[in-house]
Amino acid sequence: MKQTISVLVENQAGVLNRITNLFARRAFNIESLAVGTTDDPTISRITIIVDSGNSVVEQVEKQLNKLIDVIKVRTLDERNLIGRELVLIKVNATSKTRQDIMTICELMGARVADISPSSLTLELSDTPDRIEVFEDMLRPFSIKALARTGVIALQKGSSNI
Amino acid sequence: MNGAHALIQSLICEKVEHIFGYAGATICPAVDALKEHPEIGYTLVRTEQNAGHMASGYARLSGKVGVCMVTSGPGATNLITGIATAYMDSIPILAITGQVPSGLLGRDIFQEVDITGAVAPFIKHSYLVKNANDIPRIVKEAFHIASTGRPGPVLIDVPIDVQEQELSGEFSFPETVNIRGYKPSVRGNELQIKRVIEAISQAKQPLICAGGGVVLSGAKEELLELAERCQIPVVKTMMGISLMPTEHPLNMGLIGAHGNVCANKALVKADLLIMVGARAADRAIINPMEIQRRMPLIHIDVDPAEIGKNMQAQIPLVGNVKVILRQMLDRNPPETDSAEWRSFLRDYRQAELGRRFPRRDGYVFPGTVLRSLGRKLDDNAIICADVGQNQIFTCKYLPQKNGRFLTSGGLGTMGYSIPAAIGAKVAAPERQTVAICGDGSFQMSMNELAAIRAAAMDIKIVLFRNHTLGLVNQIQRSNPYHGPFGVDLEGSPDFAIIASAYGVPSMVADDEDRLDEVLDRFLATPGCCLLICEVHPDVKTTD
Repeated sequence: MKQTISVLVENQAGVLNRITNLFARRAFNIESLAVGTTDDPTISRITIIVDSGNSVVEQVEKQLNKLIDVIKVRTLDERNLIGRELVLIKVNATSKTRQDIMTICELMGARVADISPSSLTLELSDTPDRIEVFEDMLRPFSIKALARTGVIALQKGSSNI
Repeated sequence: MNGAHALIQSLICEKVEHIFGYAGATICPAVDALKEHPEIGYTLVRTEQNAGHMASGYARLSGKVGVCMVTSGPGATNLITGIATAYMDSIPILAITGQVPSGLLGRDIFQEVDITGAVAPFIKHSYLVKNANDIPRIVKEAFHIASTGRPGPVLIDVPIDVQEQELSGEFSFPETVNIRGYKPSVRGNELQIKRVIEAISQAKQPLICAGGGVVLSGAKEELLELAERCQIPVVKTMMGISLMPTEHPLNMGLIGAHGNVCANKALVKADLLIMVGARAADRAIINPMEIQRRMPLIHIDVDPAEIGKNMQAQIPLVGNVKVILRQMLDRNPPETDSAEWRSFLRDYRQAELGRRFPRRDGYVFPGTVLRSLGRKLDDNAIICADVGQNQIFTCKYLPQKNGRFLTSGGLGTMGYSIPAAIGAKVAAPERQTVAICGDGSFQMSMNELAAIRAAAMDIKIVLFRNHTLGLVNQIQRSNPYHGPFGVDLEGSPDFAIIASAYGVPSMVADDEDRLDEVLDRFLATPGCCLLICEVHPDVKTTD
């Protein structure tokens, strides 16, 4: 089962290394990982998606908590979180196919980030599921390059970590 | 004041009395500053790994953080095994390493190595100092982190230019520490404690399994008080062996693959298991799932990650073991209805303690030597066992009194006993100290006889010579292997000559009829002495 772990850490050199090192050493698999600073510039938020059973996730949480640079760890409630990911997709586009691609973009709420005579670069910020749908729809036009940021997430409502 | 002086001054503020080290180019400024402080003792090791082990032995006896200091590159990488050994046994040590100039980091210059990166998987925390003004705070934090919560090693890597950098203001050492990501629990949850007392009062066959956490938190008295008051038999992991004298009626011995029959029997038959400061790792608890299925488990540990890692607990209790045991005692736990259970276990225990060992002419059996040696040792003697058959024999058969038992339990690092004994001796010079090793492990740290000699230390070394790596040999002689290979210690020197080259007298034990007399002479020899015990290469720990 996919679970989202939100980790607040000291915004310092070497911290990400400690986190990834821990995952490697304890043989935990990372599905996706995204890092960025928070409103407090001394704190970064790392969002990690793991695909594991509850006992593994509990152990991940406990081991993360042991790291001195980790300030807070919380496994987010999957039914009650906002998770978003940004994708950039460069797809082959000629005058013949451009309109079909644009229709897909409109339906999915994606934007054109760049255009050239033979390609379109599209951007979409959405849930991982919808990004996969978007990717599937574009595949017939031949995807030339694709980059995803990994999911960032916050709990819904006023509760916080 | 420069960074190097600030570093040494910070150590003085933390009441450091001794450093185990090995100098090199990039640590020279700190060593130079140390020279001005004769109040800090210094032991020059013969290889950096042993600086870690000595700091570990020192920490375990003094109850303080042991400090070692080495140079960058190979000095730092040699120390790695010492750090990993301390980490696995949760021993608080501070490792200080020199580093190449910070501006040249990452260029692979002479003796540069990313030591904070290399030790990451087995260190509690590490620092790479970028600014000399941070040194007092970092040292303060390092001691706090190493010694609180679940203790462990901490490393401070100090580039040589930072050691030479002048502080921008006056040196001042912080009085308090505030690390927002580090707030270890101390007190146990009262509600959980109440549940524990209830579970104990209903148990007919309760069992306490005590580990290194009890020793580390200094909770020996509390543990004994609880066991005695509730009449609960106690088994121990290797790290908890010295918690109870062998003849204590509630002591059921060592659990695990190499443990006592009685202790393992108790572990399968109990109806309530109370694990205190023990990890339930594979060597201690061979089949955690089976035990979990049979009996409810109460798990008391300072590290929440230990609970549920190897075994699921019905009642988890997180906090300092000493504090929690005291909280439990304050609730006046009742005496359990365990008379039948205790007498059942005692029969096994007596049979095992009275066990007769095999004899061979021209050889002594380790169990026989240790049983006899243990009786002759001081009540509070410090025993340091190495790794291999000598460790198993010592754990199983050396009678415990009220002393201390040090060994590398988690990592199983050969060569630990002699440096650990040196560190322990520095911390407690008045206590009788004995290192027990095999001819394999002795050769991994016999160079430290120099450190013993330099300080004229009274350390007795028992060497079981069987001309082979006994425990590996024993494994190779069983399924699925096809007999010993690469374990015969051919080419080993004459240990008596080695000892005498270091000015250390030695004697030989090869006749069990004369064993008492040899042991008496050995223990009465002033200063360091080596006892070479001739052991038959076929001897197994199960004999």
